[in-house]
Amino acid sequence: MCFIFPTVGPKMNHRDSVPRHTAADYTICLAGNPNTGKSTVFNALTGLKQHTGNWPGTTVSQTRGLYQYAGKNLALIDLPGTYSMLPNSPEEKIARDFICFGRPDVVVVVVDAACLERNLNLVLQVLEITPKVVVCLNLIDEAKRRGFSIDVRRLASELKVPVVPTAANRGSGLDCLKKHIWNSASKKIEAWPNLVQYPEVLECSLQQLEVELTRISLNGLSKRWVALRLLEDDKAALTLIKHYSTLSTGRWVCNEG
Amino acid sequence: MGLGQMIYTLADMPMGTAGMIMRLKAQSSTRRRLLDLGLVPGTVVRYVRQSPLGDPIAFDIRGAVVALRKVDAQTVFVDPVKE
Repeated sequence: MCFIFPTVGPKMNHRDSVPRHTAADYTICLAGNPNTGKSTVFNALTGLKQHTGNWPGTTVSQTRGLYQYAGKNLALIDLPGTYSMLPNSPEEKIARDFICFGRPDVVVVVVDAACLERNLNLVLQVLEITPKVVVCLNLIDEAKRRGFSIDVRRLASELKVPVVPTAANRGSGLDCLKKHIWNSASKKIEAWPNLVQYPEVLECSLQQLEVELTRISLNGLSKRWVALRLLEDDKAALTLIKHYSTLSTGRWVCNEG
Repeated sequence: MGLGQMIYTLADMPMGTAGMIMRLKAQSSTRRRLLDLGLVPGTVVRYVRQSPLGDPIAFDIRGAVVALRKVDAQTVFVDPVKE
């Protein structure tokens, strides 16, 4: 339906051959709009050299890397860029499926500090799926240069999740990011994020549905998120939810693209 | 929109001008997609370029340039913004 300038054909990278089940204590994933520097953050944290580029579609499949923190192995998954948790392309579907059904311990949402407004949509959508979110306010140097000044504390207290300003290309803010990822993964700090409040009539229906949903096992999926999909009659998502919630293992290996 | 008032959509904007989103005609998943791209009522968008064949057309939406098909642009009602 629409695409973003400038367009260059998707570059396939074949790092998918990296085994997915290497021993990791925690699984962390990086999500965010296209072109916010997810792969730069990924490379800075893992020391890998995943291809990065200033155009959409650079990362077309999930890429995996490892890093250590506090003596533990953390697996980092770099997801393709997405505008929405309602996927519109195969890449967006990979991102959505992993966040919903891949059971990451923490979702790091990388946002472009210079286009914060349009990036927060995704943050709010991810928060409906999981409270275990760290917002990485990337490209903060670029935002400053363009004359933006961001009240990081205020943003964090409005969302009620950690917000870490970074300039991943220069390596600044990464220690702080690692610390917050760790705090969230190891459940040192539990977040109760501020969720989008819908009009009264919707909230009433959501509440009723959530009560009904307590009767069935959702394998850890957020009741509110499932209730929202039911209200929207999102058939594609409901099929996946049905499939996932009847799995006994509770961890669904993401589709291979 | 009152009787006699011109219906003005993103597709009617002259190149280089800006408009404020008033209403989206699209429904269901198309509507969600447009909202996800930042076409939320109250947002000011600018028509920045046109492809050689006139379709799609590109708009600056909240700091990013997004191309829309003409048929989709025609479903987004705007008010012209004077600068």
